Amino acid sequence: MNKRSSLLQKFVAAPYIVWSVLFIVVPLVMVVYYTFTDSNAKFTLDNIYTLLEPDYVSIFVRSVAYSFIATVVCLIIAFPLAYFISQSKPTTQKTAMMLIMLPMWTNLIIRTFSLSNIIADEGVINSLLQSIGLQIHMIDSPFAVILGMVYNYLPFMALPIYTVISKLDKNVVEAAQDLGCNKFMVITKIIMPLSKSGIISGITMVFVPAISTFYISQKLGGTNSRLIGEEIEAAFMSSGDKNFGSAISLVLMILIMLSIAVMNKFSDDEEDGGMIL
Amino acid sequence: MNKRESGAFLRLQNISVKFDDDTILDNLSLDINEKEFVTLLGPSGCGKTTTLRILGGFVTPNCGDVLFEGKRINDVPSHERQINTVFQKYALFTHLNVYENVAFGLRVQKKSEKEIQETVHEMLELVNLKGFDRRNINSLSGGQQQRVAIARALAVKPRVLLLDEPLGALDLKLRKDMQNELKGIQQRLGITFVYVTHDQEEALSMSDTVVVMDSGKIQQIGTPLDIYNEPENAFVADFIGESNIIDGIMLEDFKVSMAGKTFDCLDKGFAKNEPVDVVVRPEDVDVVPVEKGMLSGEVTSVTFKGVHFEIIVDINGFKWMIQTTDFEPVGAKIGLYIEPDAIHIMKKSEYSGMFGDYSSFSDELEKLSENIEDEDE
Repeated sequence: MNKRSSLLQKFVAAPYIVWSVLFIVVPLVMVVYYTFTDSNAKFTLDNIYTLLEPDYVSIFVRSVAYSFIATVVCLIIAFPLAYFISQSKPTTQKTAMMLIMLPMWTNLIIRTFSLSNIIADEGVINSLLQSIGLQIHMIDSPFAVILGMVYNYLPFMALPIYTVISKLDKNVVEAAQDLGCNKFMVITKIIMPLSKSGIISGITMVFVPAISTFYISQKLGGTNSRLIGEEIEAAFMSSGDKNFGSAISLVLMILIMLSIAVMNKFSDDEEDGGMIL
Repeated sequence: MNKRESGAFLRLQNISVKFDDDTILDNLSLDINEKEFVTLLGPSGCGKTTTLRILGGFVTPNCGDVLFEGKRINDVPSHERQINTVFQKYALFTHLNVYENVAFGLRVQKKSEKEIQETVHEMLELVNLKGFDRRNINSLSGGQQQRVAIARALAVKPRVLLLDEPLGALDLKLRKDMQNELKGIQQRLGITFVYVTHDQEEALSMSDTVVVMDSGKIQQIGTPLDIYNEPENAFVADFIGESNIIDGIMLEDFKVSMAGKTFDCLDKGFAKNEPVDVVVRPEDVDVVPVEKGMLSGEVTSVTFKGVHFEIIVDINGFKWMIQTTDFEPVGAKIGLYIEPDAIHIMKKSEYSGMFGDYSSFSDELEKLSENIEDEDE
């Protein structure tokens, strides 16, 4: 690399560096600062201690559990979906991917709101069921929250997996069949391991927004199953306690970083394919 | 050789394949013997790869039968055939290391760990990759990857190994080495190889039997020597090596008329005055002084090829290619002498008149140079 090109590189990189400092580094420093101070700007660990109270611990556990379940459900639905789409005709593939993307053109709040109308006690499903004398309570439950997460984030799982599977060399699949694999073994021994990078970015792209969501749980979860996102929102918006809000955010960030680190351990030797955070 | 009442070891019987409206294979029949090295040779799109994929179980023919030891295997899926493939682009499993790639088929067969280890090491030694066990596939060169692919296919002890242009991506030197090695492996293991290539030299130097194909049909089946010396039609003569293919008339047995002269030849069994295609290989023509020549003409181009000169001679408007070790300058008048055994007579075919005149060589060159001059103006 000669001097001129490195100068040019710096010049080109400048806007991004300014952007990252302004909108990533500074806010992060502020979050850390607020976490360890009180409203009078004095150092304190109270915010962290509060988070260790059973109420908050259970909210964290619940958030992790819900988003974990939602991620697993997304994976179970998305992998076969992506696989079958990738096996179909090119025109069918385009249409199918379009249909999967379509809901993403609608705002998440609107999508969640309409889902709540569909599964509400007086909603679309129950009014249909009433005609045969049935009623199922769905809204304001963990089920509704997880359903909302799956519904909203499924495309983020399907897309990277589809991208990786559709790029797989058809000859590799044939080579596996040639060496004695039946269709099922081809999937477990070849397609799944080779689409690992897509699966991992899918997991990341579902788990991270799911664990920090507040609107989905607010709208579908009722009052008994609050999630971390809701607590952060409440701290900043209703009680105005930005120090405590920052503390929750910081702990959540650490949680997410840990889970991504664990995930990346699985994808160490991966170099191509989907997006790796 | 393994003869049963149903015939050959591996047999394709009246196979036709159509994709949409394109006929890929047209009523193709082929017998392959046990332990034979058979090469399917032809230009791209001739159907050779499709033929191989039918044997491998990746393409089901629209009609016709595939017989393996007399049993029909049309509907046997590839994973149940004792036929394995080395794919053109290797198709290695990049998520596994070299050892696990070779062990793959054995693990599917649920072989014991000890047996797997023995076989894998035996195979890696066979392809000269001893000690590469733990290497990552992506860290290997093209030649090494090809060896892994071969070891992987051989590890499951196939009865037939199919190779789809396996050396296509390698450079010339490496390709020559691998040709020898593959032939050696085939002889050592004593299994049937069906090899697909568009490289005639590769086909001639490795095979027991060469199958020349074009437009979904077999043009000729024979030993490399037969194919080269006794091409059946103008296509084969042109595709294998260089050939001057001249319109001729078979006057009677052992007498053919071409280029306005009558020549002695070794062929017989044609009708009196039957129009034929006459093949004369460039290396079989002797250059002599004009007065001693059976034919004479003017040299229009000379190319140095290392071992010999390749000269184009214009004889009454028909351009012959001659390979000679003596230099003749452009414009020189030379005589040509052709021995009877240098002349090979072929029946007229659909390919007659399509190949064999080297005028296109110089025409194209002239056109190119004209264009360049035009642009300059």
